[in-house]
Formats: sequence, structure tokens, C-alpha cells
Amino acid sequence: MYRRPRIIPCLTMQHYDLVKTVGFKKPRYIGDPINSIKIFNNKDIDEMCILDITAIKEKREPDLEYLYELAGEAFMPLGYGGGIRSLEQAKEIFRIGFEKVILNSLIFDNLKEVSRIAEFAGSQSVVASIDYKRDIFGHLSVYTHDGADRTSIKLKESVRMAVEAGVGEILLTSMDYEGRMNGYDLDAIKLIGNMQIPVIVNGGAGSISDIKRALNAGADAVAVSSFFVYYGANKAILINTPSEQEYYAEGIFED
Amino acid sequence: MIAIVDYGLGNLYSIKNMLKHLNIDSVITADAKEIQKADRLILPGVGKFDEGMKNLEESNLGEVIKEQANYGKPILGICLGMQLLGKGSEEGHKNGLGLIGFKSVRFNFDNNLHLKVPHMGWERVNVRNCPLTLGLGELERYYFVHSFHAQCENDESIIVTCQYGYEFAAGVRNGNVYGVQFHPEKSHKYGMKILKNFSEII
Repeated sequence: MYRRPRIIPCLTMQHYDLVKTVGFKKPRYIGDPINSIKIFNNKDIDEMCILDITAIKEKREPDLEYLYELAGEAFMPLGYGGGIRSLEQAKEIFRIGFEKVILNSLIFDNLKEVSRIAEFAGSQSVVASIDYKRDIFGHLSVYTHDGADRTSIKLKESVRMAVEAGVGEILLTSMDYEGRMNGYDLDAIKLIGNMQIPVIVNGGAGSISDIKRALNAGADAVAVSSFFVYYGANKAILINTPSEQEYYAEGIFED
Repeated sequence: MIAIVDYGLGNLYSIKNMLKHLNIDSVITADAKEIQKADRLILPGVGKFDEGMKNLEESNLGEVIKEQANYGKPILGICLGMQLLGKGSEEGHKNGLGLIGFKSVRFNFDNNLHLKVPHMGWERVNVRNCPLTLGLGELERYYFVHSFHAQCENDESIIVTCQYGYEFAAGVRNGNVYGVQFHPEKSHKYGMKILKNFSEII
């Protein structure tokens, strides 16, 4: 049977710069987002996520003109997150060429607005991005505002909240694993992977076998960033992705 | 000139971008005259069935589309745009445009298949030869994101099928009115073939 789980480059931006963080900290400049999207597009990537990670902290609204330019370079499904606060903004983002809006802080600040967006666009177009961290007792706590604010909500509960509000997909990011390239948080995948909606796991991919392990643990899809923008042990910046053949050889894709 | 019908829902610009890349002229419009002037129409759509029908009714664009279909103009509905071409949907209460003989129904599987809804991702498809699917091989794949799919009254209407839990109609046709459940505008080179074919239907 044909099997092709989604492997989604997740590009993090600070407004007009593509950056890469480690554990949500130490942003390193990677390059120009438009140029990077062009390169990913030429590699026939299956889907892409674009996150403006500082929009919410800097109180910036989505820059529609710029996002329109970005979307113009991509003939693949695109999701955007960063600073979306209202249905009106989401409508504009769909209109200019994004299939999905990715919501994070809004879920905890204004869940009703999340429902309005899902009601308008259908749940398949609304992704809840949930960032979490493991505390010393092993509890998984949810953070908002680019990891700045700790909520009192546990991971599983936050996923349930989002699903009830009508969200159709979860982008699950481990703040502990993000940018470290040591593999995904497999325990969290096992905890969340059996939800009734698709879960994209994010944070930690450093190799093609990490991707395989995450999918085997129950992830529906994986988001990848460092692994696709860094090359070699010295982390030279070079957009590189495994070939179709490598995914087949690894048993990730099947015909 | 292709008119991309703007009824307030959908990723209009991604369709326009791909057409532009293919050097095919198009215009995003909600203007009845412009739609009548175009030589073919694309009905896009991401969203809910009733919301889509409501917008088509209130703007009277639904009637314009029906009139153009009866006149014989090629029409391509994409995703929700396809579902609106049918008779109705389990997602809502409104009647569809009724241009193709199908209803949209929610995926309904055995629980033990452990399949999630929405169905989301890239899939291979089977095609029946027709002007829209001309020259498509076996390695084509398309991006799907949907919870409902067409259930045709007559197998003759089915031009593309896809497997998700069971085989469902992923492309439908009645004369020059076509619909695809997947997103050609988001299926890079594979989608380009479909839009190119559509632009050449006489």
C-alpha cells in the first residue's frame, strides 16, 4: 500500500529573517525566507510550515504583503503561524495562498476566536501549535508566547482543549528537544499520537532515522528544521533534504 | 482567460500563482460579466459547505456558474469547490449547485483501521482517461486535505479514485464540468499537468 507520511520543513522567521534556534533560544541567522522557500520548492517538498516566532512578543500582526510574496514561491501546501489574533486575519492568510493557519498563543488567550476560525475554514485548515517543556517531576507543561509564558495547563489537556475548539491538527513542539538534533521526544509522541486528529511532531530531528523513529512511535507527520538547513558536523548552512530513494530505502515511504 | 471565482472562500492566489507559472492568463473575480466573458472557470474553495453555498447564493454567483455550465463552458471545482458542484453534503443542510450527480459524505471507516479524519497528505490516484486526466501516468501524486468525499450516483461520473480506508471518488465529471477533491495548485509538477490540461479543454 502507498504510504507517504508528511515530512514538513518548518521554517522559523523573525520577521524578514530566517533563523534557527536551539531550545527556543540563541537565534542564528540562516538566510532569506523567500530564497529558502524557492529552494525547498525546487526539491519538490511535500508541505511546509512557516512560523514567525517573535511576532507575538513584538506585537506584530501577520505581514500580509510579505506572506503573499512567500506563498507565491511555493506550489505545495503551506501553513503560517505568528501573530494571528482574529478570524479576519486568518481569512486574509487563506486568501493569499496558505492552506493552514497555525495558532499558538490564541488558543490560550482566546479559544472562542480559534473556534470561529475553525467554523469558518473547517478544522482541516487550523493547526494548534503546542509548545511544551518537561519539568523536574517529569510533567509536561505547556508554554505560550514563543516559550516565554508558562501556563498551568498540562500537555494532554491542552490538546483536548484545541480539539474541542475545532482544531484539525496539532504541531507538537518539545522546547527541550528543539534545535538539538538528537531525535524527537518519543515519550510525548506515545502520549499524544493516539489522538483522533493528526499530530505533527517537531523538535529534534538530526537524521533520517530520527524521522523514522518518530513515525514508528505514532507521529502522523514530522516537522524538520535544523536537519534540513545545516550540513555536516560544523553546521554549515545549506538547505539539504534526503532524496526520495533514501526515504524508500529507510522504509519511511512505501509503494 | 480563466476566471477564478471569488466567493469569499479559498486560496485564490495559489491557483493564480500556478497558472501564472504556466503562462496561463487568469483573473480572480466576483463580477458576473467577467465570469461570462472568461472562456473557462475555476471554482476554488477551502471551508465549510454551507458557508460556501451561502456565499454563492447571496452573491448570485451560483446562478451565474450554473448558467455558464449549461452554456458548455469548462468548469473545474477544487476541493470544497468540487463539493459545491454536487447535490449536497453531509457537512451542511444546503443544496449544492447540482451540476454533477453526487453527494459529499463524511469518511466512514471501521474503527479498527485507525484512520484519522481529516484525510491529509499526498496520495497516488487511479485515473480514467478524459480530457482533464490526459497523459497522467502512474507516478502522479496529489495533495489531499478533506473530511468529506464525493459519493456518485453513477460510476460514469468518476474520473479519479483514491484509496483511504476504501476507494473513493477523488475526481468527478459531467460533460465539461469537472471537480477534483485534491489540490492541483498545491501538488507542484503533478498539479500543473491537471491545470494545463484544464486550460486546453475545448
